[in-house]
This record gives sequence, structure tokens and C-alpha cells, in this order.
Amino acid sequence: MTAEHTGAAPPPGSVGDRAIRSTRRTRRWGSWYVAEHRFLSLRAYAQTVTVTAIGNPIIYLYAMGVGLATLVDANLGTDAVGGVSYLAFVAPALLCSAAIAVASDEFTYPIMIGFKWNPVFFAMNAAPIQPGQIINGIVIAVFVRIFVTCGIFYAFMLLFGAVPSATGFLAVFVAVLTGLGFGVLLMAYTATLTEDTGQLAMVMRFVILPMTLFSGTFFPLAVLPVWLQWIGWISPLWHGTELARVFAYGLSEPLWLSVLHVLYLAVLLAVGWAWARRITARRLNK
Amino acid sequence: MPEPVIVAQNLVKKYQDFAAVDGISFEVAPGESFGLLGPNGAGKSTTMRLVGAVSTRTGGDLRVLGLDPNRYGPEIRSRLGVVPQADNLDTELRVRENLLVYGRYFGLPRAQVARRTDELLAFAQLEDKAKSKVDALSGGMKRRLTIARALINDPSILLLDEPTTGLDPQARHILWDRLFRLKEQGTTLLLTTHYMDEAEQLCDRLVVIDNGVIMAEGAPAQLIRTYSSREVLEVRFGSDLNADVAAQIAGMGDRIEVLPDRILIYSENGESELVRIVDAGLTPITSLVRRSSLEDVFLRLTGRTLIE
Ligand SMILES: Nc1ncnc2c1ncn2[C@@H]1O[C@H](COP(=O)(O)OP(=O)(O)OP(=O)(O)O)[C@@H](O)[C@H]1O
Ligand SMILES: [Mg+2]
Repeated sequence: MTAEHTGAAPPPGSVGDRAIRSTRRTRRWGSWYVAEHRFLSLRAYAQTVTVTAIGNPIIYLYAMGVGLATLVDANLGTDAVGGVSYLAFVAPALLCSAAIAVASDEFTYPIMIGFKWNPVFFAMNAAPIQPGQIINGIVIAVFVRIFVTCGIFYAFMLLFGAVPSATGFLAVFVAVLTGLGFGVLLMAYTATLTEDTGQLAMVMRFVILPMTLFSGTFFPLAVLPVWLQWIGWISPLWHGTELARVFAYGLSEPLWLSVLHVLYLAVLLAVGWAWARRITARRLNK
Repeated sequence: MPEPVIVAQNLVKKYQDFAAVDGISFEVAPGESFGLLGPNGAGKSTTMRLVGAVSTRTGGDLRVLGLDPNRYGPEIRSRLGVVPQADNLDTELRVRENLLVYGRYFGLPRAQVARRTDELLAFAQLEDKAKSKVDALSGGMKRRLTIARALINDPSILLLDEPTTGLDPQARHILWDRLFRLKEQGTTLLLTTHYMDEAEQLCDRLVVIDNGVIMAEGAPAQLIRTYSSREVLEVRFGSDLNADVAAQIAGMGDRIEVLPDRILIYSENGESELVRIVDAGLTPITSLVRRSSLEDVFLRLTGRTLIE
């Protein structure tokens, strides 16, 4: 057997050798090419994206932070939610929820589409793009969308006077981490689905909605009976929200707990990302 | 002889215990146009995926452009153009954008991709449709766009999985014309098809596959010479009578094939067989003498017709 037949490098100047040279760019930049593609696709629903990014903060901050807050502050005073106005209390939670909402959009149906309904992932993989790069590219694109969405949300928080602390802008990064940490897990799960027989709707109803309600979002976790508080401890939204509160209005919690929030979200991100890459590699290799 | 661009040796692909490709060997020379022929489920698409370096072989050996797909998948794919059996154009993008985005995947600079895109839109006769949505294209247009997309990187090898299935005769001829031009430019073609005329038109050489194994290999004319007679007489007696009649005319021609709706008599001279039948006192409802085709080769080898 010649050297070629052992899978070793082909002789210089051969077609194989030229192929290796010409693939270097894609090996390095493939993830970015996929992200580019995602941005172009995003234009198809650019209106929805824009309206959500601008409309959501106005509606939620007004309804919860102004409407509901008037009631809460008038009846319970600031003691109810740790010594700040209800608006200041709820705004960081809404910010993190906005990140979760974008993640829930971007990491579900577009994944079903790519694998099944309009299998563009297979087309990418037939070009020199590797399965892991497809996942990376999607994460990059969603990162940008979440970041912009949260940036706009934060601007409205400032406008509503919902951020007492100067370190408040850090809450944006926390929210992005929250959205991605939860989102990549959701993406990995969606990638395992060969058919959507309502699983995604179930996830929305029985995972995302309860998580939004019971993660110390609208009331402190301590209000819940102990036997329900575990929902908060495993919820990425709770970890994100608490940390965002530390930055937005100086919620007092031990340092180790703040570190734990970051670690927890980082671990979710790492695990979900790796898992999604693995499933994708397996699924594209038919 | 130049180094072959595809070498498969005893190639095997199993799904659990089922071998979709069960030890096939073939070589394709640069610039050659090579066909995989076979009925549904024969293993054609599976073979295409193995060569396309997107599916890992279970056994045997495979080199594409001298490279092992297990180690150099992206590198091999950078030199391939792939037209899959089912179109997977991005329906969220416009026609032109589909080519632009795809070109980037090969690491090509934007300006070069844009130039190539315009050439290919002309080549595929889709210039007027550049800004259309993909879903607004007809089946034949989508197929042409898929082929255009496969050519964006100026591939050394073009893999075409049933490129013309589902197209009307005119659309097929347009596609054949495009493929001929590529062949003239020296592109290697590996294609699967159910159409014998397509195989005869496009393939320099082909293999007939059934149940994941190769039944025969050669140039179309050579296969016909080897596995069939020069002419075929087709006679119909009505489905009830075919079997009875077959018994009576046994021994006529070189070989007889009884199909549900007709009897095929293979012979060097179809007309003289027809005379013998009539002399025997039988009157077919219809009769037809034609040249042997790949369809007959296929029937001989697999006992089945190609399109079921
Ligand atoms: N991913 C898979 N998992 C399990 N079985 C598979 C898979 N892909 C193909 N097969 C099986 O392998 C066999 C060959 O399939 P393949 O798609 O290669 O056939 P084909 O020759 O292309 O047929 P057709 O003319 O219908 O396109 C079939 O029996 C098919 O069911
Ligand atoms: Mg097939």
C-alpha cells in the first residue's frame, strides 16, 4: 500500500494536496460562514425580530414595572422585594427572560428546519462545513441577536429609571449568558427530535413557562414553599436573574453564591454546546 | 493511465445488520462519466454519500482524489459538487443568495463568489429568477439551481443523484445539455439514474447495482452486447394468455422473458422470430421489434424492470 492508502498526507502538488490547501480557510472560518448564512436567513423574519426587540421591553416594563409595581409598592412597600422598588426588582428578571425568549425562538424551530423541514444542514455538510461548525455558527448568530435584544432592553430599563446601580450594564452580559446557557441545551434536545409531534410545544408549556414563573422572577424565591424552591435552584433563569440583580441594584448575597451563578450557567453552556455538536455529527453522518 | 479520482474496494455500509452497500468495488478515471444503475433501494444514494464524504463506511476501502474520507472529509468535499436526490436549497433565501451563501462555504472570496454566481445563473438559465423565492421555482428550475449551486466551487467531481427524476422531457434535455458541457470541460461525473436512455446518453461506463452488490460493469454498448441480443421482439397476447403462449414458443430466439403484460424474445433478428410465431398459428395483439437497451440488460441481471 502506498502512503496515500494509509490516510497519510498526499504528495505535494497532487489534487489531494491542493484540496488540503484550499480547505484551510473553511477549517478555520467555517463557523463564521454559517453565522453569516444565519444572518441572511434572519432577514426573512427581520420584522418580527425588530418588533420583538423593541416592543417587548416597552410592554413588559410598563405592565410589570409600572402597572403592577404601583400596586405592589403601594400595598407592601419596598420591604416586600428586598428594599428596592418593584420596578428595580423585576426589571433584571424581565431582561433575563427576554434573553430566554429569543433563545427559545432561535434554538428550536430553526433547528428542526435545518435537519428536517428544509434540510440545509445537510447541504452545508456536503460542502466542507463540519457538523460542529454548523452548531458554532448558530450559537454565534444567536449570541448576536440576544446581545442586541438585551442591549435594547437595557436601554429601556434606563429610560424607565429601573437601574439604581452603576454596574447595571453588566446585567446585559449576565442575561446573554443565561439565554445561551439555557438555549444550547434546548438546541441539543431539539437536535435529537426526528419528528415534531408536539414535543416543542410541550417544552414551551411545561418547561419554559413554569421556569419563567417560578424563578424568582415576579416574587422572591423565598416566598415559595421549600418543596417548590428547587425549581429555582436548577433554573438557569433564577441564577441569571439573581446575578443580574446583584449588578443592577446591589442585591446582597454571599460572593460564593454569585460565583456559583456564573459557574452554573457556564457549565450549562459548555455541556449543551458539546452535546449539540455530538448529536449533529451523528445525525448528519447517515 | 492517469490516477483514478475515485477508488472503492469492497466498500461496505451497514445500518445495524442490514448492508445497504455490500462490498462494491469500482474505479472512476478523471474526466470520466460513471453511472450507478439500479432499482429502488439498491444502494445508489448510500454509495453517493460515502463518496461524498458525509457518511462513514463500515468496511472496505475508499479513496476520493487520493484522500481517505475518514480523515480528509472537508478536503474531499471542497473539490466535490453534490446534487442530492432531494433538493435542499434554502427556501428562506432568494435564488441568487443560495449561490452566494454556498460559495462562501468553500472559503472563496466574496467578489469571486459573486462573479461565479452570475455565470452560473446564466448557465442554469435562471437569470430572470435571480431575485425570486426558491419556492416560486418549478421542479426543473430548482434542479437546475441545485446543479448551479453544486458548481459554485468549480468541482473536480460532480455527484448527481437522480438529476432528472420528476422532470418533463424538455427539462431533462436541457439538463443533459448542461451536463454534456461540463463533461466536455473535463469534469468527472458520478451519477445515478433510473432512466436507461439517460445512462446511455451520459455514461461512458456504468455499474448495475442490486441489493448493494455490483451485478455488471462496462460501457453501455458493451453491456448490451454481453448481456443481451441485438434485437428484441415484444409481443402481447393479453395478460391471461401470456403464460400459455410462453410455453408454446419456448425455445424461440436466444432467450425469452415473460413479463406480466408482455413477452420479450431476444434474438439477432426480431422480424424472423415474429414470422415464426405467426407461422405457429399465434396472433399477438401487438408486436414490436426494437434494439436491445440497457433495460434488457437490467432485466436479465436482476429479473426486474428498473422502474417498478
Ligand atoms: N439512514 C438509513 N438508515 C437505515 N437504512 C437506510 C438508511 N439509508 C438507507 N437505508 C437503506 O439502505 C438501502 C439502500 O438505500 P439507498 O437510498 O442507497 O437506495 P437507492 O439505490 O438510492 O434507492 P432509490 O432509487 O429509491 O433512491 C435501502 O434499503 C434503505 O432503506
Ligand atoms: Mg437514491
